[in-house]
Amino acid sequence: MSLAAPNRPAKRRRRLQMPVSVMIGLAVVVLMLAIALLAPWIAPTDPTNVASFDLMSAELPPAFMPDGDPAHWLGTDNQGRDLFSAILYGMRVSIAIGGGAVLVAASIGVVLGLLAGYFGGWVDIVIMRVGDVILSLPTILLALLVSGIARAIFPEAGTAQWAPVILIGAIAIHEWVQYARTVRAATMVEASKDYVRAARVIGLPSLHIMVRHILPNVMSPVMVIATINLAAAVLTEATLSFLGVGMPPTYPSLGTLIRIGNEFVFSGIWWIAVFPAVTLVILVLAVNVVGDWLRDRFNPKLKGR
Amino acid sequence: MKPAALSITDLTVDYPLADGSVVTAVSGVNLTVAPGEIHALVGESGAGKTTIGNALMGLLQAPGRVAKGRIEIGGKPVDIRTGRTDGIVQGKDVGAIFQDPMTSLNPLFTVESQLGETMRHHLGLSRAEARRRSLELLRAVGIPEPERRLKSYPHQLSGGQRQRVVIAAALCCGPKLIIADEPTTALDVSVQAQILKLIRGLADERGVGILLVTHNMGVVAEVADRVTIMLKGQVVESGPVAEVLGAPQHAYAKALIGAVPRVDVKLPRLPVPAQESPGTAAAREQVRARMGGGEEAKAGVLSVDNLVVEYGARGGFFGGSRVFRAVKGVSFTVEPGEIFGLVGESGCGKTTVANTIAGLAKPTSGSVTLGGLPIGAKRGGVARKALQMVFQDPYSALNPRLRVTTAIAEPIAFYHLAATKAEAVEDAALLLESVGLDREAGARFPHAFSGGQRQRIAIARALAPRPRFLVCDEPTSSLDVSVQAQILNLLKDLRDLAGLSILFISHDLAVVRQMCDRIAVMKSGEIVEQAPTEELFAAPSHPYTRELLSLVPSLDKIAREPVAV
Repeated sequence: MSLAAPNRPAKRRRRLQMPVSVMIGLAVVVLMLAIALLAPWIAPTDPTNVASFDLMSAELPPAFMPDGDPAHWLGTDNQGRDLFSAILYGMRVSIAIGGGAVLVAASIGVVLGLLAGYFGGWVDIVIMRVGDVILSLPTILLALLVSGIARAIFPEAGTAQWAPVILIGAIAIHEWVQYARTVRAATMVEASKDYVRAARVIGLPSLHIMVRHILPNVMSPVMVIATINLAAAVLTEATLSFLGVGMPPTYPSLGTLIRIGNEFVFSGIWWIAVFPAVTLVILVLAVNVVGDWLRDRFNPKLKGR
Repeated sequence: MKPAALSITDLTVDYPLADGSVVTAVSGVNLTVAPGEIHALVGESGAGKTTIGNALMGLLQAPGRVAKGRIEIGGKPVDIRTGRTDGIVQGKDVGAIFQDPMTSLNPLFTVESQLGETMRHHLGLSRAEARRRSLELLRAVGIPEPERRLKSYPHQLSGGQRQRVVIAAALCCGPKLIIADEPTTALDVSVQAQILKLIRGLADERGVGILLVTHNMGVVAEVADRVTIMLKGQVVESGPVAEVLGAPQHAYAKALIGAVPRVDVKLPRLPVPAQESPGTAAAREQVRARMGGGEEAKAGVLSVDNLVVEYGARGGFFGGSRVFRAVKGVSFTVEPGEIFGLVGESGCGKTTVANTIAGLAKPTSGSVTLGGLPIGAKRGGVARKALQMVFQDPYSALNPRLRVTTAIAEPIAFYHLAATKAEAVEDAALLLESVGLDREAGARFPHAFSGGQRQRIAIARALAPRPRFLVCDEPTSSLDVSVQAQILNLLKDLRDLAGLSILFISHDLAVVRQMCDRIAVMKSGEIVEQAPTEELFAAPSHPYTRELLSLVPSLDKIAREPVAV
């Protein structure tokens, strides 16, 4: 009683303790997700439709500049695409690939982490050493390697249809290790608890114990890592697209747009690169702010600070 | 006359809740501790005894506050708002000994700095002087080789030695009052006996007043001068130990003392404060019927033959082998319908034996068979289903994310003991009732239950696959005495009614005496003595058994009315 009683008001207070920065971050994330989701309805034109390209109106400056066209308020790119529409669609692509990569990485990582933590022994050694080798390579290097190999053996890999799949694979192959390590550690803790031992004594199959008993109890750190990794995955995708091994210019992501714009920055046509870049920064920053806050909240060592 | 070491008048501690209501954890408590006196504060969990200790040390948790009352330490009043006294410093004039010696020392500090820092801070001693005093203290608390131990880190000390260091730290500034909160609960009987002797000595020789917070009546009988029994934040009875424990007046005090298992006589059932409902009895009868009666229901003999269990990495990735032999050739049999006790101090290997029998650890050599079938050989096999286990810690024994009914129905569905899901749920509800819980309780999550209720749920779950054999590893050691008595009676009933065989593992000899038909005593991985209970208690043949028996702190020295058997 003496323990339970004072906890209740404390919990209520903690829920309200969301700093203003996190509230803003969360609002931005939700807003951008909504925009990305609704892009086809919001955007004035469809930048992926080649028919909308108009070389006559290429490289128009933003509407607020002297030569600006009020129809394109962020200007147009080198193909005459409306930049605002391209950014909305680009954000959609970036978030979809980032989210997809996180989902794939988390699924692989959680499964392998559960197996490694529950069975231990050789299963554990093999999975974790493979993970160590992968982590010894930089994310970008590995992603370049994977997409390079994919393009070499699979000519379709660069098309708008297949590029996202390759990108998701190239990012996830590096990111799963973090989930696996976290889940493995949490699984080892849970597996030594009596409720798991009781399930083993009852004679339940290992798969059942892992899925039904351990998995729900190790998921909260996974959620936190997933949020933080979403920002990292979006950045990796942007980097790859910027380097020209990501999304093709016909179906641009934010990174592709920055790459296109990069060629024109020094000829005074700055807007093609700058507006997508600012969008990317805001997106990544907002996700990171929320992710960091989640991480601190779920970290018992930081509780009460 | 010297002022009382501690005097509490009309103390009330409140915990205001967010919705504006107030939980009163302690209300109107009066208590005095004279210099050189050990005053025991006993009661079950939630009685408010730890809250009093915390209030004295200014450690009340955030919203808690002293609403009313007066506290005086060494004759000086404590400011109830801040928990501070003029001229009295926490840690200097009031020392504290906590329950768990593992966590109450900083693992990064040597013994010398743990002790020395406090003295240099409070008494302004030089480094050399502090060192000299630390050595003195270590000698006073009876640590062997004090010079060497000064340089030790906490992990290099045994549990008993650590608790001695904690006591030395509490003593280091010459306090007038020591608050000892369950100081021996985490220790073995032999170590407990030494620490109790040490505490008694401190009170006698240094004239320190000691407030001993405990739930163990045996400990109270052994060392305390006066005792205060608390119930739900209020004092129900207070007085000299012999009077209160020998002839309690208040009904609750009588019930509480009656529920303490006796070492001297075996009773058919432990006295329980509350009576069970008729529904429980009916449900138990139904459970018994389902488990099947008669001869074919009997487990068959559990036979453990020359069991050896070793831990440690052998070979491994980088070679090398450090093998620890936890069990060194243990043999015993448990007859059908028998309760067999396995006793010993921590680290003697009794839990390893239990784990091996339950199939959680692999034997290095030797065999375990139940009714002729090897244990744990086949997943989902007959032997698996027939043997279930009840664990020590009811808090980790239940999955926090599974509703109680789901957890109990899981094995029922797995072994196809019910035709439909609805029937499995009905079975689960019946099991809950049979262990004395409401069937509605099944819809809730484990965190809604107390320790004793959780242990009942864990027992219900263990009964769900309709086992013939139950391994109970310290099933009541984390529970209050009255709850312990209920759980023990429940296990006995299951044996009597359903013919269940039980392997009962415990370090508490009084509990074992009440429960078991035969007992094996383990020491360092070996069984040193094995005998029927009455024989073992009447005439222990091995010196280790005799030593264990003599060390049990017991109520029975203070006349409890003899019971005709």
